[in-house]
Amino acid sequence: MRDGAVLEASDRGKLAFLALAFGALALYPLVGGSFGIGLATKIMIYAIFALSLELLVGGTGLVCFGHAAFFGIGAYATVLLSPGYDPAELAWLLPACVGAAALYALAVGALSLRTRGVYFIMVTLAFAQMAYYVVHDTPLGGGTDGIYLNARPVLGLVPGGFELRGGLTLYWFTFGALVLVFAFLAVLLRSRFGRALAGIRVNEQRMRATGFATYPYKLAAFTISGAIAGLAGFLFAVKDGFVNPELLSWHLSGAVLIMIILGGIGHLRGALIGAFAYVLLQEFFKSEAIFGEFSRHWLLGMGFTIIASVALLPHGIVGIGRQLAERRARAARGGGKESADEPA
Amino acid sequence: MSPPEPARAGGAEVLLRCSGLTRRWGGLVAVDDVSLAFERGQVHAVIGTNGAGKSTLINMLAGEIEASAGRVELMGQDVTRWSQPRRARAGLGRSYQRTNIYPSFTVLENCRLAAQAATPRPWHWWQPAARCQASLAAAHAAARRAGLEGVLGRPAGLLSHGGKRQLEIAMCLATDPQVLLLDEPLAGMGAEETERMLELLAELRPGHAILLVEHDMDAVFRIADRITVMVNGSVIASDAPQAVRASAEVQAAYLGGH
Repeated sequence: MRDGAVLEASDRGKLAFLALAFGALALYPLVGGSFGIGLATKIMIYAIFALSLELLVGGTGLVCFGHAAFFGIGAYATVLLSPGYDPAELAWLLPACVGAAALYALAVGALSLRTRGVYFIMVTLAFAQMAYYVVHDTPLGGGTDGIYLNARPVLGLVPGGFELRGGLTLYWFTFGALVLVFAFLAVLLRSRFGRALAGIRVNEQRMRATGFATYPYKLAAFTISGAIAGLAGFLFAVKDGFVNPELLSWHLSGAVLIMIILGGIGHLRGALIGAFAYVLLQEFFKSEAIFGEFSRHWLLGMGFTIIASVALLPHGIVGIGRQLAERRARAARGGGKESADEPA
Repeated sequence: MSPPEPARAGGAEVLLRCSGLTRRWGGLVAVDDVSLAFERGQVHAVIGTNGAGKSTLINMLAGEIEASAGRVELMGQDVTRWSQPRRARAGLGRSYQRTNIYPSFTVLENCRLAAQAATPRPWHWWQPAARCQASLAAAHAAARRAGLEGVLGRPAGLLSHGGKRQLEIAMCLATDPQVLLLDEPLAGMGAEETERMLELLAELRPGHAILLVEHDMDAVFRIADRITVMVNGSVIASDAPQAVRASAEVQAAYLGGH
């Protein structure tokens, strides 16, 4: 069974990568300063956000271009549901924020999933813009200025409770959330439900002919995805202690799409790598120490880098290994004598 | 209406029936007032020129497109308003004229996913699908039946054309349907593959009602128990093969001296 052996080898590679990545994140607080801890927390929050979108794009074949709405609703709910100057109870605030995002995703999904392809992309964008203008133009969310979270949520219901303040507590909390979300999605995508989503991605017509009512599957995936994006939004609001309409903007919807494209669509670890690469690239091009005056035009550098990476890495960063192997195989074939049938 | 054939013990069991089935696309009537019955143990071929409405008929029976008028009954139940997935779960399997598989999945996974639709909880979300014994067993059985047991681990997109057609049938069988709607299963097949497929159809005949749309007239006259001829959306003949072959109207409209 050569196929089986190859599969196992790639599975081992995956596991090794994940052990390394999560191990590094677990050990980072030993060496990281407060700036580094904050940056790593931000990366992990974006990784959770990117994972939520990967479930839709890579897992189900649904390109959602309004994912920031669910992120932003999770973030706004965190602030709006916190009582004035007293801390909110984490044990109900977190589920409430995730639930608010899930509810909006359920409504948006129920309507937008009646469309397909480009229309689906446009309808999800339209719903996100709608949510954006609700917080942007109404007094509900403090308008363009945004609103502050005056007190961080506190876990008081269980012994050993804590305040979810910036710094290490939030780092570990986010780390735990990331591990759980990753594990949850890994289990989900391997299950019968996940395989049904994959079937929908590859050939929805055949799925229906086989007996799968595909709409409820897609709606469930959309709602789960929105809930996870809401979790990321909650963490973001707690981290910054501030929310503004930009959290629901289409720029952020685009950014999270770029993250999963950069990392490599079709792999959960692509979302991790993509979030990491995106935030680091952003920091790099924004750094005055490196670019001086030009750092004000960081978007230009970002743009070119992303265009270059999409052109050069069609399978994302995750696919680099495979791409190199294929190139070697082609070169070997070009050389003539060697048989290049064996996958490298 | 009853076919003049050797009587089957216990009489015919009609699994699928349509009456007055009609589909209009604007002014065009693609399928016009078609009433047919498909019985267990019969291969019922539907023939006709391109554009005669054969595929539209299959699509309406399968629930893939809505009927403009008429009624579809599956095992005695009125399923006219049922969605395609619901009809499929009730025992209606179909294959497609143009190969319609999951090219990036392995042959086994193509069959397993089809079989999964027929398991009690196809949405089960935490047990790995690769350990779903019910769907695996059905997938292996269907693949063996269609002659694909040697290529289970191969990505379906890399199969030969004939192999893909076999996979179409295997995926159809994996859901354990009672009624098979087969849209040109022999299209593009070599002589040997055609032989295999006809053997398989003969093997499936006793347990199923089979609707076979096919252009290969030799194959149709060899395998069919009953032949329906469609011209411009209407049925002009529906009878035993000998009677259809002898019909002057069919000769004039379609067979051209076959």
